[in-house]
Amino acid sequence: MPVTYVEAIREGIWEEMERDDSVFVIGEDIGVYGGAFKVTLGMLDHFGERRVIDTPISESAIVGAAIGAGLMGLRPVAEMQFADFISCGFDQIVNFAAKCRYRWGAAVPIVVRAPSGGGIRGGPFHSQNPEAWFVHTPGLKVIEPATAYDAKGLIKAAIRDDDPVVFFEHKALYRRIKEDLPAGDYTVPIGKAKVFREGRHMSIITYGAMVWTALEAAEELEKEGLSVEIIDLRTLLPIDEETVLASVRKTTKVIVLHEDTLTGGIGGELSARIVEKAFESLDGPVIRIAAPDTPVPYSPPLEDAFLPNAAKVIEKARWLAAY
Amino acid sequence: MAAVKTTAVAGAGSVAHSSSEAAFARRAHYYMTLMREVEDRIERKLYRQGKIVGGVYVGRGQEAICVGAGLAADPEDVLFPCHRDLALYFIRGIHPRQVFAQYMGRVGGPTGGRDGNMHMGDMKLRIVAIISAMAASVPVACGAAMALKYRGSKNVALCFFGDGATSRGDWHEGLNLAAVQKAPVIYICNNNQYAYSTPLSKQMACEHVADRGPGYGIPAEIVDGNDVFAVNAVTARAIAHARAGNGPYLIECKTFRMTGHAAHDGADYVPKHLWKEWEAKDPIRRLERRMAEEGWANEGEIRAIHAGILREVDEAVEWAEKSPLPDPSTLLDNVYAPPKGA
Repeated sequence: MPVTYVEAIREGIWEEMERDDSVFVIGEDIGVYGGAFKVTLGMLDHFGERRVIDTPISESAIVGAAIGAGLMGLRPVAEMQFADFISCGFDQIVNFAAKCRYRWGAAVPIVVRAPSGGGIRGGPFHSQNPEAWFVHTPGLKVIEPATAYDAKGLIKAAIRDDDPVVFFEHKALYRRIKEDLPAGDYTVPIGKAKVFREGRHMSIITYGAMVWTALEAAEELEKEGLSVEIIDLRTLLPIDEETVLASVRKTTKVIVLHEDTLTGGIGGELSARIVEKAFESLDGPVIRIAAPDTPVPYSPPLEDAFLPNAAKVIEKARWLAAY
Repeated sequence: MAAVKTTAVAGAGSVAHSSSEAAFARRAHYYMTLMREVEDRIERKLYRQGKIVGGVYVGRGQEAICVGAGLAADPEDVLFPCHRDLALYFIRGIHPRQVFAQYMGRVGGPTGGRDGNMHMGDMKLRIVAIISAMAASVPVACGAAMALKYRGSKNVALCFFGDGATSRGDWHEGLNLAAVQKAPVIYICNNNQYAYSTPLSKQMACEHVADRGPGYGIPAEIVDGNDVFAVNAVTARAIAHARAGNGPYLIECKTFRMTGHAAHDGADYVPKHLWKEWEAKDPIRRLERRMAEEGWANEGEIRAIHAGILREVDEAVEWAEKSPLPDPSTLLDNVYAPPKGA
């Protein structure tokens, strides 16, 4: 039976809780309500209050408590109700969790889940993509899956990982993506990108919901004879440079696409690495496509103009193909 | 609702009998004096000689708090020291050599030069290193306590901080979560009356830090932080409360920071009469007077203890100075766990 992205995450956490008593979930409204997006639905009934912990509205304390439990050898999975609120727990993530191992050799095996992204008319405080803040923090691992398969495999890998992981889940994908998943236990390795679609003429490096935007554009461009390869990063930190550079060397033209705003976004880092390490392979400038440098607007015409979409990708791809 | 209690009588808790009181006094005196001498050496000598790499934050005049509380804890209880609680490390077995090496940025320090001053921890010893953002440890200690409860352990967490930390959101979020979760955690405030240069009157409009406990449903007590017996007794009571499954406890230790915020700070903002007033309440001299009065140790014995500790300090400094500086080729190590199976 096909499984949605949100169900895949739930299954992944559920299975890890079944196999390891040290795994528990903590966050706001995750118990009887099952979480704002129902990721933890049914867990309270099945696992009980000991392992499904509803908290006050205290993001810093949620992350802090997860760190404390992690230091003691547990494997907490903390939910931020929306990624937008992760800034309230920022210090705990970037200063406490990220630096323990380097400073004094202590493992902090926690996962902070953060439903992110726009396209749901959430406005400035329920739509953001704050992954770049965390990609700029050594000691963290940052993940954002695009498929149900990867969502399940990566949440399981994140829970088993001995380092702190920030796990972005794109809200627009929760119920949009459906896949048949393999029966039984599997994980997806952290730090490995995948070739989502093979192509010959141009690479689009992207992640999260934009993988599907890239696919829509690629299918349209195929009709014009332009063969587009799509690299789904899956893990944003540590970055899988090898897979990115291999694709660039093959296609010689590259677009870096993300839903996060342009300036200081991951696209800049990827572009720099491509130019530094594959300059001789390039047959055109590295193109970034991202949201403009504004807060995420609420009203549909404004948000539609804000978000990257297939039409914008197609336009830039045509230009780059002709370069 | 929990009320704030003020502990009037010292010594009415964990160390009830006079023979065990004498033994406690000797242990407490050793750790308090060791802390004083190690920190004086760092702040007043090595720092001025340029041998300390970075900042120096000491607990001069506050030694009774970490020693009194630390000696009430079980070795399996989890400690979250703040930067004025050096003796907690000694109680758990960290050697003064390692502390000097830490301050000098040497390999022999607990962080091997990765971090400085009081930023030390070791989960094998159940000590969690602080970060510089005040009160960040407060929710983390709550989480450690929740983990103890989760595992069915009777151990507790003890989390230390200053009055300044109680103005941060993390402090309030952490106390509230601990209360709701009935987490077995003891929150211990050293109210030394200054947050860097800012006096209490500009930090909070309530009279006592302890006043905030009942607002969260947490029992709170105020204790004379310069009386090691009193601190020990109230901490033992708080630990018993938490071990029995009754949730967190807040202890406010009234004290005074007998130095600047850090070694670079002359603390000219402190009115002179306060130095005099609190010098007379010095917790180590006070304990020594009690030891003499009770006949637990005479003046000569106390002098001998000091001399022994000074020799220990000299030897530790010598050791630390011989400890190598870290090799720059290790810079990139341990940002992440080694790959599994590697």
